[in-house]
Amino acid sequence: MQQAWIPLLLSLKVAGWATALNLVFGVAAAFGLSRWRSGARDVIDSLLMLPLVMPPTVLGYYLLVLLGRRGVIGGWLDRFDIQLVFTWQGAVIASTVVAFPLVLKSARAAFEAVDPQLERAARTLGVSETAVFFRVTLPLAARGILAGGLLAFARALGEFGATLMIAGNLPGRTQTLSVAVYSAVQAGDDSTANFLVLVTSVTCVVILLLAGRLVPQHTLLKSS
Amino acid sequence: MLLAVDIRKTFQSAERRFTLEVAFEAASQRVVLFGPSGAGKSLTLQAIAGLLRPDEGAITLHGNALFDSARGIDLKPQARKIAYLFQDYALFPHLNVRQNIGFGLQHGWLNPRARITHPQIDYWLDALELTSVAANHPAQLSGGQKQRVALARALVAQPRLLLLDEPFSALDSALRQRMRRELSELQTRLDIPMVLITHDPDDVAAFGDQVVQVSDGRVRENHPFAGYARSES
Repeated sequence: MQQAWIPLLLSLKVAGWATALNLVFGVAAAFGLSRWRSGARDVIDSLLMLPLVMPPTVLGYYLLVLLGRRGVIGGWLDRFDIQLVFTWQGAVIASTVVAFPLVLKSARAAFEAVDPQLERAARTLGVSETAVFFRVTLPLAARGILAGGLLAFARALGEFGATLMIAGNLPGRTQTLSVAVYSAVQAGDDSTANFLVLVTSVTCVVILLLAGRLVPQHTLLKSS
Repeated sequence: MLLAVDIRKTFQSAERRFTLEVAFEAASQRVVLFGPSGAGKSLTLQAIAGLLRPDEGAITLHGNALFDSARGIDLKPQARKIAYLFQDYALFPHLNVRQNIGFGLQHGWLNPRARITHPQIDYWLDALELTSVAANHPAQLSGGQKQRVALARALVAQPRLLLLDEPFSALDSALRQRMRRELSELQTRLDIPMVLITHDPDDVAAFGDQVVQVSDGRVRENHPFAGYARSES
């Protein structure tokens, strides 16, 4: 049973990093898409949403091609002695890519729901464009972004296909919770599987409960 | 010359084409842009505030060019020092009254703290009888209180010009009369020039030292108020 904590902690670490990365890049992309007026916007949007519909194993394969030693990015990183394949950092990248559309979609909807009049009001009050974003746009979109972040965390926590492709199944190093469940069942180790499944379920319930408390109440109030 | 506006802008969409062609010179402290909805009054106000960029023309305030297409001048709204009172007040829903009023006093990346104290904020809270609701959020305010908060927020940074977009349209008639009186007193006390847009003849009667009639994107008449609007109502 002791061993069950290792994949759990690894999963939490991987999902935490993936969520943090998505909160930066997903939110930035969402803000860009919500403000950008161009015909190419829909094409970019579709491309960025691809991970939502593509099978995770296919995504994993793409990542392997890109990040492997002979890959475009992997080959370049190899010169600095950085390897992503078969590492937990590789699992972070897999989870980030898979969960990215969830943050993008929620954050974009949240940004588009912010009344442009409020941003204009802030401008006439002498506040710079960057400050308008951090003082008006971001706080008003925070609820939607947070919701997307939690979905992304849950999705990253359950990531299996892409993670297995790029990070493998190395116990203690890259074996995350969902991969560990698969391994335990394959090995016929029912008691470990039961325990891991229970731990996963409890973790998910705790996350959902936390989510309900984290979201600040005043962001519920709409301007009238 | 207080304020001189001479701008043109064309809006083109699949169904219609709208040309805004407004020219007037404000000779008085109180100017009313009067006309039906969709005439281009709000667009004119936005252009003065820098929220809308005209295709060509010039806007001058106190002799300084805010916009001049010929000379390539287009000051950002942040640099114009013009207060704008929005029709729906546009109060920040995530900030309390104190923070809303103090918003323009801080130019950094952070909002004022919920308990910010500043002589200017306290002055306006007191002057507009908002002290009792200083910690409330906009959703908890009445229509009249919202308007006072919006006014305080606009005036706290001591702007050079006050623009008001249909300021009384969201209020019921009893409150409307009271707020007209309050605004009128405030304007006299501060001696700040203002441009108010409305489609309500009563507003023209109360504030129209100079009336600029706008319809279909163009200025029709421009003259000191002579009492015609009152007789219509």
